[in-house]
Amino acid sequence: MKLKLDKKDFDNFLQSLTDGYDLYAPVQLAEGVSVFKKIDQPGEVNLTQLLPQKPAKDIFFPQSEVMFRYEKVGNQNRMTSMEEVKKERILFGARPCDIEAISILEKVFVGEEYTDVYFLEKRKKTTIIGLGCNEPLSTCFCSSAGGDPFLRAGSDLFFIDLGEAYFVELLTEKGMAFRKNKFFQEADSRNLTLVKELEEKAFEKVGYSIPVEGIEKRLGLMVESSFWDRVHEKCMGCRICTYLCPTCHCFDIVDEGDPHRGQRVRNWDSCLSALYSLETSGHNPRPTCQERTRQRLMHKFYYFPKNFNRVACVGCGRCILYCPVHFDIRQVILWTSARRRRRFQWEVTR
Amino acid sequence: MKNPYFPIPMVIKKVCTETTDRMLRTLELGFLKEEDEGDFQYTPGQFCELSILGKGEAPFGIASSPMEKGSLKFTINKAGTVTTALHHMEEGMEIGIRGPLGNGYPIDLFQERNVLVIGGGFAFTTLRSLVAYFLHPENRSKVKDITVIYGARMPGLLLYKQELSEWEKRSDLKLVVTVDWGDKDWKGKVGLVPNVLEEAAPSSENTVAVICGPPIMIKFTFPKLMALKFPNERIYTSLEKRMKCGIGKCGRCNIGHLYVCKDGPVFSYAQLEKLPKDY
Repeated sequence: MKLKLDKKDFDNFLQSLTDGYDLYAPVQLAEGVSVFKKIDQPGEVNLTQLLPQKPAKDIFFPQSEVMFRYEKVGNQNRMTSMEEVKKERILFGARPCDIEAISILEKVFVGEEYTDVYFLEKRKKTTIIGLGCNEPLSTCFCSSAGGDPFLRAGSDLFFIDLGEAYFVELLTEKGMAFRKNKFFQEADSRNLTLVKELEEKAFEKVGYSIPVEGIEKRLGLMVESSFWDRVHEKCMGCRICTYLCPTCHCFDIVDEGDPHRGQRVRNWDSCLSALYSLETSGHNPRPTCQERTRQRLMHKFYYFPKNFNRVACVGCGRCILYCPVHFDIRQVILWTSARRRRRFQWEVTR
Repeated sequence: MKNPYFPIPMVIKKVCTETTDRMLRTLELGFLKEEDEGDFQYTPGQFCELSILGKGEAPFGIASSPMEKGSLKFTINKAGTVTTALHHMEEGMEIGIRGPLGNGYPIDLFQERNVLVIGGGFAFTTLRSLVAYFLHPENRSKVKDITVIYGARMPGLLLYKQELSEWEKRSDLKLVVTVDWGDKDWKGKVGLVPNVLEEAAPSSENTVAVICGPPIMIKFTFPKLMALKFPNERIYTSLEKRMKCGIGKCGRCNIGHLYVCKDGPVFSYAQLEKLPKDY
């Protein structure tokens, strides 16, 4: 169904959403720093930053999340699980790469044998409104990583900024529930042409130059390669790439409180940390940055595709944007191709 | 839907100090809810996350055999925060448990075969579960000869001493217990496990070998098994890695594309050969 939303009605539209739902959207915290956050006033929404620093995974798999609370009553422990989401939720303004990443997380968290109830409950009760990327950044490479700047998959409604209005598509049953929304108008053929133009322009900008396709085959032959002796050298192990990555899903579980009262909490964790795999005995299976960098890259591009048939990278480019030493994952992907690898060996030994 | 992160309550029925250095204790746990006991079906080699609220969780292999109904046993080495807290637990106290987790030993593979069990130090726990399972009258006829080689650094550090002396008296089990350094009362063997294995030279014909112990012991025992012509597919070991969730979500225990918690902890040597040496 093709509709449009006039920008003058935009605030009223958002206000109408907050009536029945908890609305999550990009909010600017300081200049150049924005995150997805629950909002009360439409004025808080700020779409100037294409990709908020923290990816939309935060809404489904929060940076820190209480799993259950406990209390000791007499000799017995009483535990209350915190998985329930009381109110239906809307995620507005997530970009296609972030939305694609949520379906990647779903592969991990919703399994045949064990299901992560905390993730599933949030996923089930959230309607996703995607937003197309008219002006991709120079670090974006989604179309190489199996997505594109206007990928609709995963969204329930999809918005495209046409300047004076938003072009609106209702894609799923959850999205169709909004077809009677009083702020939506019928889109005309001029809008459709404009959408097509915007798409073509964005596609051209993102390009397809990063050889992600077939990378699992190439890396499969490189498990014990000397390639890993040098690739990690730049990395100082600050872990920001893994925290801001929309597909990274490692977490730590800790107890906060004392034996009488407290809570069990899970927090984002990172495979680039030395403590991550350190055992009590003192043995560490991944003792240096070399093994840890290999783990990060191999997990994304070799182990994960082996288990789930898709690379665990959506090409959002956050790890490139926020890396303090400019470790560029695109460059590593390029180096994995045979011809480039020779060039890499030559460069680092020079 | 069942929340896999939610521990079920159990009560400590018995605490037993195993070794003379008092670093190893066996906890015997009883179910507090009947329905939990019915749901808890396990095979030797599986593990559980023991949970002390306020301290955290840690994974431990189940030391009891599935044939011993009504309770679960865990032998715990005092090493970190959670294990120290576990050592401070007393009879009658409540404890949380999640499990059974992991794959366990390939019980079907052992049918109609000889079993060779090689253990070192406190890694003997799940091996004890395996041996006790096959020694049960219902299961003894399913496998042929059972050989157990078990070593510890000193006689005082051997686990399950009472049970070992009972096993010694049995005619349907060949038991070799060895220590690295004997003391004046020790009348058994003295020697390292790999050398004792070489000496005992069990036949690899129709035999499955299971080996658990410290990494250094495993490193030197594998070549001895190769020399005895054990095929890689019939050598099994149980790995340990740092774990949190135990169900393949939190990401920390992977070796290549496999997770020790979900796809392991029991792996064949043939499987391990194909994986990166991240353990």
